[in-house]
Amino acid sequence: MGEFAQVGESEVEPLARLTEVSKRFPGVNAVTEVSLDIFGGEVHVFAGENGAGKSTLMKILAQVDRPTSGRVEVAGAPVTHRGPAEARRLGVAMVHQEFALAPDLTVAENLFIGQEPGGFGWIRRGRERALARELLRRVGLGVRETRAVRSLSTAEQQRVEIAKALAVDARLLILDEPTASLTERESRELFTVLGELTAQGMAVCYISHRLDEIFAIGDRVTVLRDGSVVTTVPVGGMDESALVRSMVGREVDDLYPRTFREPGPVRLEARGLERPGALRHAGLTVRAGEIVGLAGLVGAGRTELARSVFGAEPATAGSIRLDGRPVRIRRPRDAIAAGIGYLTESRKSDGLALQLGVDVNITLGRLPMRGGLIDLRGQRRVAEHYRESLGIRVPRVDRAVSLLSGGNQQKVVLARILRTGAEVLLFDEPGRGMDVAAKSEMFQQLDQLAAEGRAIVLISSYLPELMNMCDRILVLRAGRVVGELEREEYSEQRIVALATGAGGEHEQRD
Amino acid sequence: MSSGTEAETGGRQRLWSPVRVSGAVSRLAAAGALIVIFVVLSFVAPSFLTADNLFNLGSQTSVKAVMAVGVTLVIITGGIDLSVGSVAALSGVVGVLLMAEHGLNPLLGVLGGLAVGATAGLVNGLLVSRVGLPPFIATLGMLSVARGVVLITTGAVAVFGAPDSFRVLGQGVLGPVPVPVLLIVFVALAGHVILTRTRLGRYAYVLGSNPEAARLSGVAVSRHITAVYVLSGMFAGLGGMIAASRINSGQPNFGEGLELDVIAAVVIGGASLFGGRGTILGSLIGAFLVAVIRNGAVQLGIGTFYQNVLIGLIIWLAVWWDRYQRRKFNNEETG
Repeated sequence: MGEFAQVGESEVEPLARLTEVSKRFPGVNAVTEVSLDIFGGEVHVFAGENGAGKSTLMKILAQVDRPTSGRVEVAGAPVTHRGPAEARRLGVAMVHQEFALAPDLTVAENLFIGQEPGGFGWIRRGRERALARELLRRVGLGVRETRAVRSLSTAEQQRVEIAKALAVDARLLILDEPTASLTERESRELFTVLGELTAQGMAVCYISHRLDEIFAIGDRVTVLRDGSVVTTVPVGGMDESALVRSMVGREVDDLYPRTFREPGPVRLEARGLERPGALRHAGLTVRAGEIVGLAGLVGAGRTELARSVFGAEPATAGSIRLDGRPVRIRRPRDAIAAGIGYLTESRKSDGLALQLGVDVNITLGRLPMRGGLIDLRGQRRVAEHYRESLGIRVPRVDRAVSLLSGGNQQKVVLARILRTGAEVLLFDEPGRGMDVAAKSEMFQQLDQLAAEGRAIVLISSYLPELMNMCDRILVLRAGRVVGELEREEYSEQRIVALATGAGGEHEQRD
Repeated sequence: MSSGTEAETGGRQRLWSPVRVSGAVSRLAAAGALIVIFVVLSFVAPSFLTADNLFNLGSQTSVKAVMAVGVTLVIITGGIDLSVGSVAALSGVVGVLLMAEHGLNPLLGVLGGLAVGATAGLVNGLLVSRVGLPPFIATLGMLSVARGVVLITTGAVAVFGAPDSFRVLGQGVLGPVPVPVLLIVFVALAGHVILTRTRLGRYAYVLGSNPEAARLSGVAVSRHITAVYVLSGMFAGLGGMIAASRINSGQPNFGEGLELDVIAAVVIGGASLFGGRGTILGSLIGAFLVAVIRNGAVQLGIGTFYQNVLIGLIIWLAVWWDRYQRRKFNNEETG
């Protein structure tokens, strides 16, 4: 995409220009005097830690938020910040991490919400469908326009969101961590689509945490820290460590702090797990002190394997042994009693009771009881203990979990699981939505938990995470374990080949 | 962000609720409204602030207040119980029949009424947790079924004949304090302890906040959902028995539309129909606010029709105020 980034500062008119834009929330300067230009045809990446102001800045650009001071111009005209409808008129569209789609409506209906073809309150459905097919073609999405959005995968729904932006003739497309819930392959497909769109002159603003993709698709990168611009440079003019340094403001010496040790005895052994449509004779063994990675495309059965071991969706056949003893797991309660803990893929939707306190969430799995009643002092003590030992950053433990950052929410879930005495831990995409520093801290904790003799399963769609953290990697495809790689056998190509079934697979030794 | 070592929370931290009740109550419009109306009424209507009238008010409120405690539990789980009015009638009628026709002593008669309520609640709970019906539908069905059973059993005729001692429940006094007022205190305390200090209460909040998180944390979801409806049915049964005692008979038509007043009290008291939020104290304030308005209106000679309009306005106002305060509060917290 680099060839479209002819960003010769003077001769080209910028598509959007921010001049000394600031946004203050009570007590916080979310964005401070940011000035920058965005040009048609470029992918402009915004990088920075959580809370650096990336999302706030993009919301100002998309006119979801109004700046406290400063000026925003789109195509040379000052923006009045009258809201999303005005932004749409100016050709600015934003795809949020939480999609704004109506799941029960069809793809075509979703694409034209608010500007249905037709008139006088009538909708020309045939025309709507024809227009929808054209838009889907442009975003490379091969699904029928009559399908309900609910039935689409995350990646497909995201593509619908992008098509929605095209439907309003957007010239500036803002994407907030678009690959956070995509597999490697889906991400690459997305990059292809973005490449085509920028080739047509569109500008893409792209918020990302992931260093690899900044280099893969970015033309220019703006690094934000504490609400201010640290630097805006062509991506080619920066290497990975310089980028991390400018994001964090200091050296992060080790992103993946893993110490490999000789593993102990087998703690978890699952064999022949079956679940129609999800798992076919899948299994794994994990030893004490070991971190075993699960790789594969979305829907390959990684999450399903973890959830069936945990009893969230129990397997219909197969056996599970813990520390050599057979256990029967029919529901999460059985798994917890047996010493298995599961950190869900989606903390917000199934991991936490967001409106309740940190202390309530931590003690949920095992309430401190005294004389038949909940011991509220004990509850606070327990919460304080984990706040200390896991470094949960919250001023008071009775503060609602919804007010915490992603990394700290993750620690609350971890605390809850550790409190139940779990010795086998299943982590499903634990790094999602976390910034570099939070991730590094979390991996440190993972290493520590393994060092204490626990058996850990790590699911991730980001291969460098798996390759740096895991003793072994199992690759799943279509509900089966299709390969097992030792550390010296790791390579991205090999894992991808196994995951996609592109030849060269070797069956798991059973 | 603080390092966590400083003793900023000190000893002042409130230990008596998982959701910081005091903060919630201080934001309640209902509490303020109750005080204002109390003060105004005591000036405008001299008969209002007399011990007689206040105890009378307490007795009048008792049925709704007791039922509101059970409904609060259900609403906190994100459910609803529409059947409490019918169930109260069923309990009242069956309780009186047990005493009048089967010669049970009043204590056993009352317990019988509670058992009837609990059974109806059990059916509600199983329909919700095991059969998977939405709470609205399960309890809407029970509203109709329970009422039908009452009418069939009685032939739509009131039942009489409970022993005189049964009147104690709704009409008795202990010293100067009416028994129904004592029952409010007792039931409210029980409800508060259940909500703040037992597994059932804790899980009610969690289930209302995020049922999937509860399940994955090992909470026995069905059992606790069922238990909440059983309690709601039982408290409805108690409400029905108090009412039967106050009018000295089992009335087959008792409690029609009562569920709406009870739900109104709970909602005015700050509980969220989406679950996860609510307190007994709030619901009590809600119940009393509704009762005070009706009582005060009578003192001032305002008709029932206007009272209804007034109560509807207060529902709107209370919930709007609660949302407004919450938004402001959240902004301060995150800001």
